Amino acid sequence: MTIPAYPTFPRGDSELGKPVGILTLKIDDRDVSARRGETILEVARENDIFIPTLCYLEGLSSLGACRLCLVEIKGVTKLLPACVTPVRQDMEVVTDSERLRRYRRMILELIFSERNHVCSVCVSNGHCELQTLAQKLGMTHVRFDYLYPRLAIDASHERFSIDHNRCVLCMRCVRVCDEIEGAHTWDIMHRGISARVITDLNQPWGESETCTGCSKCVQVCPTGALSEKGKSVAEMVKHKEFLPYLQIMRRNER
Amino acid sequence: MRLDEIREIARIEADREDGYRHRINVCVAAGCLSCQSASVKDAFEKEIAKRGLENWCRVKGVGCLGLCSGGPLVAIEPAGILYHTVSVSDVSDVLEALDDGPLDRLVCSGETPFFKRQKKIVLENCGRIDPERLEDYIAAGGYQALHTALTLMTPEEITREIEKSGLRGRGGAGFPTGLKWSTVAKADNETKFVICNADEGDPGAFMDRSVLESDPHRVLEGMALAARAVGANHGFIYVRAEYPLAVKRLKKAIAQAEHAGFLGNNIFHTPFRFDINVRLGAGAFVCGEETALIASIEGQLGRPRPRPPYPAEAGLWGYPTLINNVETLANIVPIIREGSQWFAGIGTEKSKGTKVFALAGRVNNTGLIEVPMGTSLREIVFEIGGGIKEGKQFKAAQTGGPSGGCIPEHSLDLPMDYESLAQVGSIMGSGGMIVMDETSCMVDVARYFMEFCRSESCGKCVPCRVGTTQIHELLGKITNGTGTAGDLTKLEELCDLVKHTSLCGLGQTAPNPVMSTLRHFREEYRAHIEDRFCPAGVCRMGRGKEGE
Amino acid sequence: MGKIRMATSWLDGCSGCHMSLLDMDEQLIDIVGKVDIVYGPLVDAKVIPEGIDVVLVEGAVSTDADVEKLRLLRERSAILVSLGDCAVTANVPGMRNRFPLAEVLKRGYEENAPLNAQIPREDLPHLLDKARPLHEFVPVDVFLPGCPPPADAIVYMLQELLAGRIPDLSNKSRFGA
Repeated sequence: MTIPAYPTFPRGDSELGKPVGILTLKIDDRDVSARRGETILEVARENDIFIPTLCYLEGLSSLGACRLCLVEIKGVTKLLPACVTPVRQDMEVVTDSERLRRYRRMILELIFSERNHVCSVCVSNGHCELQTLAQKLGMTHVRFDYLYPRLAIDASHERFSIDHNRCVLCMRCVRVCDEIEGAHTWDIMHRGISARVITDLNQPWGESETCTGCSKCVQVCPTGALSEKGKSVAEMVKHKEFLPYLQIMRRNER
Repeated sequence: MRLDEIREIARIEADREDGYRHRINVCVAAGCLSCQSASVKDAFEKEIAKRGLENWCRVKGVGCLGLCSGGPLVAIEPAGILYHTVSVSDVSDVLEALDDGPLDRLVCSGETPFFKRQKKIVLENCGRIDPERLEDYIAAGGYQALHTALTLMTPEEITREIEKSGLRGRGGAGFPTGLKWSTVAKADNETKFVICNADEGDPGAFMDRSVLESDPHRVLEGMALAARAVGANHGFIYVRAEYPLAVKRLKKAIAQAEHAGFLGNNIFHTPFRFDINVRLGAGAFVCGEETALIASIEGQLGRPRPRPPYPAEAGLWGYPTLINNVETLANIVPIIREGSQWFAGIGTEKSKGTKVFALAGRVNNTGLIEVPMGTSLREIVFEIGGGIKEGKQFKAAQTGGPSGGCIPEHSLDLPMDYESLAQVGSIMGSGGMIVMDETSCMVDVARYFMEFCRSESCGKCVPCRVGTTQIHELLGKITNGTGTAGDLTKLEELCDLVKHTSLCGLGQTAPNPVMSTLRHFREEYRAHIEDRFCPAGVCRMGRGKEGE
Repeated sequence: MGKIRMATSWLDGCSGCHMSLLDMDEQLIDIVGKVDIVYGPLVDAKVIPEGIDVVLVEGAVSTDADVEKLRLLRERSAILVSLGDCAVTANVPGMRNRFPLAEVLKRGYEENAPLNAQIPREDLPHLLDKARPLHEFVPVDVFLPGCPPPADAIVYMLQELLAGRIPDLSNKSRFGA
């Protein structure tokens, strides 16, 4: 009679002796665990803790530009952007305070005052990340004078158009085109309040020689700035699902 | 090159100089050059040749002599006479007077506080050596500190000297230089970089420019010392293209240093190698911010990125990078040469050494000054600066450029050091100092600086991009007489937001001029809003939005 | 308790917010029982009365007449509600703001006029350089964005006001809704 062997596993020697890459920290007084190298935002989202973001998009490099994801960290005087700040052992993070709420609302007010955002006539009305954030963060009006810049619409592309009036300069289009599509059609020109996204060397989009027409930029754009032609008010629904999908596929390739 | 060779060059130079009875030093730094000092120098040369005095007199172009408001400046050695506003037509008179004592109508008394109150460490060679001749620098003791450091000190010892000296970054924030060096030194990487930040962009500031134009080798030697201390083999100088003379002299100095073996492989026959490349900035103020500067060197859009990681960990192309400003690096050589004890004996408890200021505005003597840390604002304005022009009333001094603040009259006795300036809501900054009298409107001053920040914001983060624009709009309303009481609240809220939520130093400090004037000159804001009246008479009130 | 004296007003807007106000179905009966509408497009009153408790203002401020009317309403009302996107953000009327006024008038009255093209100059309110939200002119107590704000949000707001509370409307409506 043979004794059935218990299933055993070979010892994982590669990781042996190394510190385990797991750490614990507190977010909003909740104990959470995290992998070393994760950002505060990633850990917060894993634990269903809401931190507002606008320029951040999972699957793209992080910019830390919109400043909506700023959080307070105990013992650190400066506010830090959750999207680029890695977690540390025993860190204590506050994602929601009166001060943060006030700053976030003001940042939204500034974005709304910067260009000509007219939600009621926008293709993305009802499906816009900026609009949703305004509602979610309780921004009911803009206290600063609107700047009303005179901005153009480029509808030279066969299937898409860009309305600079609705652009928030999150650079998602620039990043997705560069990092995912590999075309680098989009970039930024000028600086400060005059900055705006351009295709190629500021040629009309329709004349771009690098644009592959993949529409990734349109899909990741948080507002109605980039849209598909033929869509009327509130008809433009974006599909960002391809990004995580692409990430998974790429991971599996390796 | 060996030490005895350096000493030989220095000796030959000294002998040659001593051979002349009169040595005429004409300032050829940017300030004097702009008032035709080059043609004054030519005229001296021609006149000396005409009179056959070549063996008695020699003419030399030197770096900044300091009193820029008196340019073109000419110094006569060894008599120690300084002439101001020398024109081509004065040349023969000056030559006539060489043997018989000074020419009264042009002489500047060296006994005035402008010269006596200064202490020159960073600018010790400025106005003494020909910036385009390596031999001049060597004769002034140049490259001996590097030799000492490479042959007699370990990298750790160099860093420790800098730590003990108490030197703090002269670029603005005042971070301890030694600590920065030791951080980079500890970073575990074969490849490291040293960057010299010469993207001096504050309006009115020209300290770094003068150092680069007057004594470029000092910066190269400082960089080599830094590289040795932190273990770097490559250096970059990021200098703004608006400083063509500095660029030219730097490039010339680098070529000379390479030729002489002070840069390159096996410096002083040691295994140490170090090279320096010059990179030109294209005119963006934000590229003075270290991460934006690094992005610019990498060939990317000159925009900052969030820190951490700091450049000490992941800087240029991701490698550990030491980045110091020109004036900081210009302090390294004297510290190694004279020792940290000597340096730590100058200045205040927490701010050591000297600080170079570009003194400008409504004072009688404008120019470049170097004073020990802790010198009071009163001494700078009323003694060195010779008081306010036309006997008017001092109102405020603005330090730190667009990132700094205004210091009011009741703080005139404030010692100029990092902590004291921070207490009154200003910063040391790179050393710009603009003196204002009763004819300046503080709201208008704040508006001016905000206009600068608004147009120099890179546009990456929302608070800085839109916040500075909105603050500028509000200040525009207040200065044209359409401001409301609510605007003052909005102004304060926006300043608070931009200060605490902006990505980089530009945004985080941009509200300083507004906040400091609101703090010290609130009644002026009130007068603009409540009485529609500009007390200084600067703002043209009553130009409302409608009908503009 | 006496009835609440309520006024409504319509500046540069499309009247959609008033439509939404009337769109509250049977709840209108309940509200009407508690308020007297003393001024506005829904009633026949020639002058703005004194002593208004609540005024709902629709539309952006586009003319000198709008400014005057808004100031009067503010003066005579305890609570002023900025009703709808035009009042809160200038919305569609504000879309002309990125163009100079002269260009706007030329486009509207000359280039796009099929016949008798001329810019009207007399007997009409003077257009402001820009159409602006109410709170840039007068203090506003309650903001209810939306294009138009949903009837339910208006009902909620009125019920809260009738109960003597300043409502939190941040999650009841949104821009463009």
